[in-house]
Amino acid sequence: MNSNIIDWKKYLVVFLITVGLFFTASSVSNYFGNKKIDQLKNIQDKIAIDILSSETQFSLLSELSCKNIPDSVFSRELGELGNKLEWSQDNLGDTAEVSYLKKYYSLLQIKDYLLAKKISERCKVKSAFILYFYTTAENCALCREESLVLSKLRAEYPELRVYSFDYSTDLSAVKAMIQIYKIKDTELPALVIDDDALTGFHDIEELSALVEESFKLKVAEPVKADS
Amino acid sequence: MRGSCLRQHGSEDVIMYLSKYALRLRSEGVCIQPAKCYIKKEHIMASFSDITLYILVFLSVYVQVFFLITFIENRKKIVTRKGGIKLLNYPAVTIAVPSWNEKDTVGKTVNSVLNLNYPEDKIKIFLIDDGSTDGTMEEIKKFEKYSNVKIFQKQNGGKHTALNLALENLETDFFGCLDADSVADPESLVRIMSYFEKDASVMAVAPSVTVYEPKNIIQYAQKAEYHMGVYFKKMLGILGAINVTPGPLTVFRKKVFDDLGPYRHGHSTEDMEIAYRMQKNLYKIEHCNDAYVYTNTPKTVRKLYRQRLRWIYGFINNTIDYRDVLFKKKYGNFATFTLPMGVVSIFSVSFLFGRIAYNAGQFIYSKFLQFSTVGFDFSARSFSFDPFFINTRSFVFLIVLIYLLVLFAILFGQKMTKEKNMFSLRILYFFPVFGVIAPIWFLKGIYNTILARKPSWR
Repeated sequence: MNSNIIDWKKYLVVFLITVGLFFTASSVSNYFGNKKIDQLKNIQDKIAIDILSSETQFSLLSELSCKNIPDSVFSRELGELGNKLEWSQDNLGDTAEVSYLKKYYSLLQIKDYLLAKKISERCKVKSAFILYFYTTAENCALCREESLVLSKLRAEYPELRVYSFDYSTDLSAVKAMIQIYKIKDTELPALVIDDDALTGFHDIEELSALVEESFKLKVAEPVKADS
Repeated sequence: MRGSCLRQHGSEDVIMYLSKYALRLRSEGVCIQPAKCYIKKEHIMASFSDITLYILVFLSVYVQVFFLITFIENRKKIVTRKGGIKLLNYPAVTIAVPSWNEKDTVGKTVNSVLNLNYPEDKIKIFLIDDGSTDGTMEEIKKFEKYSNVKIFQKQNGGKHTALNLALENLETDFFGCLDADSVADPESLVRIMSYFEKDASVMAVAPSVTVYEPKNIIQYAQKAEYHMGVYFKKMLGILGAINVTPGPLTVFRKKVFDDLGPYRHGHSTEDMEIAYRMQKNLYKIEHCNDAYVYTNTPKTVRKLYRQRLRWIYGFINNTIDYRDVLFKKKYGNFATFTLPMGVVSIFSVSFLFGRIAYNAGQFIYSKFLQFSTVGFDFSARSFSFDPFFINTRSFVFLIVLIYLLVLFAILFGQKMTKEKNMFSLRILYFFPVFGVIAPIWFLKGIYNTILARKPSWR
């Protein structure tokens, strides 16, 4: 009859091998995760330097003509960083490091906003700014729709700069902005255009009109290179 | 104007990045940065889903490693013989060919039995027409002239009743069934019988079943799957843990039926039920890897679905019927490995499918939302690649590992069955075809079990 007996040792060995494979996979995953975090840090450092440099240049040149402001005045990688942070939060796990980087990102956005606004006012150039407040603390379907509208809007108006802030970000600078514009968590999504706070969902036509009216922007045409 | 232009450049870059990555993220089903707003409750669900995923991935890796270790331990014992072999004795064997509406294939099946490399006077062939309505009986009657062929006709009652009719008339010590949609290799029977000669405790020997003349993607996918099945069956044979004695030419000692009784309906999988019964009674089942039987396989997704639904329903329900065997060490690896492995497979495949379907649903919903909110957006469309966005979570590596081990199983199964085109890319059909369709019959099998709905044969 059936002479097969169970080889428990084999079951144990296979278990240990499987655990080993899990640890190996986990180590490889951590390795790549850390690489990505490092990449995010590098981007942030670069943005920080860019902004600091721009601020310094702006201060140095403040008494001079606006035409002396160099090409690099605006940080170029803020959007890339935002998307990578977003992805990291979903795919690397909501780690302390990603949260920290997210706070740093919010701070960089505020600095970029202040600088861009200052340059815009000083040099009298056409520009548009939207501060966008959303939440990750609860299900906010309208935030999701609003973000789609803003994406579309950014595509239509290359001169528009949208800064997104998670309402639940535990950062004093973000909280200060929330206080300044009297944003309530029950009224999200919220937008600030030209210092006016708008709450709830606003569709693309409405926002387009506001952007054009407030900042006298025209619908984007192919950007002409300037020598 | 200089300032304006410079500012334009700056913002253009930001916008470009935003648009580019936002669009790509959306196309990957990941919401864009500001849309990160509906997460917390889903995080809880996601955590639960992740834990389940990791448990199932762990068990799936465990199963594959178990097979691999078994293979490494026994690789020298796996012999593929060439040409004809000789036995000391040639015991008489009865081969029953039950058929129900199989007039197109039954002729080839019977001819393959007549052509077996086994003494003619030692083979008795029972051709049983199980109430066919398509002219199968006329086909069968063409073999009346052979002295070792006996023909039976009965009212349709299912395959197990046809086999039991054969058992009632059995006069030999060995009994085999060959489904009327299968063709036996001339050397298959003698190789199978060599296992009985070598070991008196062997009670049944299953052959290697592969696909007969595949013609389309569905059949090539099945061919790869059958090759994988050959590898797994060999490993299960070594472990003494086979749970199916397939209809295409498994040979039994008569003693099995004398002791354990005839075939049962077994939820339309009588070849599984008899194997379960044998395992429960500690009867040894071997796998003869170099005995080849070629079977006709479903040509369409619909037919494949119906066949597999019957199989999976049979597995679930036979396992439920024999649940008292589960994890009892006296029943060996059958109880501690084969059955739990089958259950894990059902849950893993179904869960993974559910997860993929959920993600696909999310993606479609996000597209719908995008359309309803801002309409079609063809601007700033970009397909640039950034390795940052490659998923490097650990389960991804483990799933790749499982796929590689499955690929190894297919390739080694091919080697055991002497497949000529070892590295044909057609084996890759297996992954999409079974990855997409298998979960559906798994889930339907579970659903039918809950509602006690029995799937039909065809």
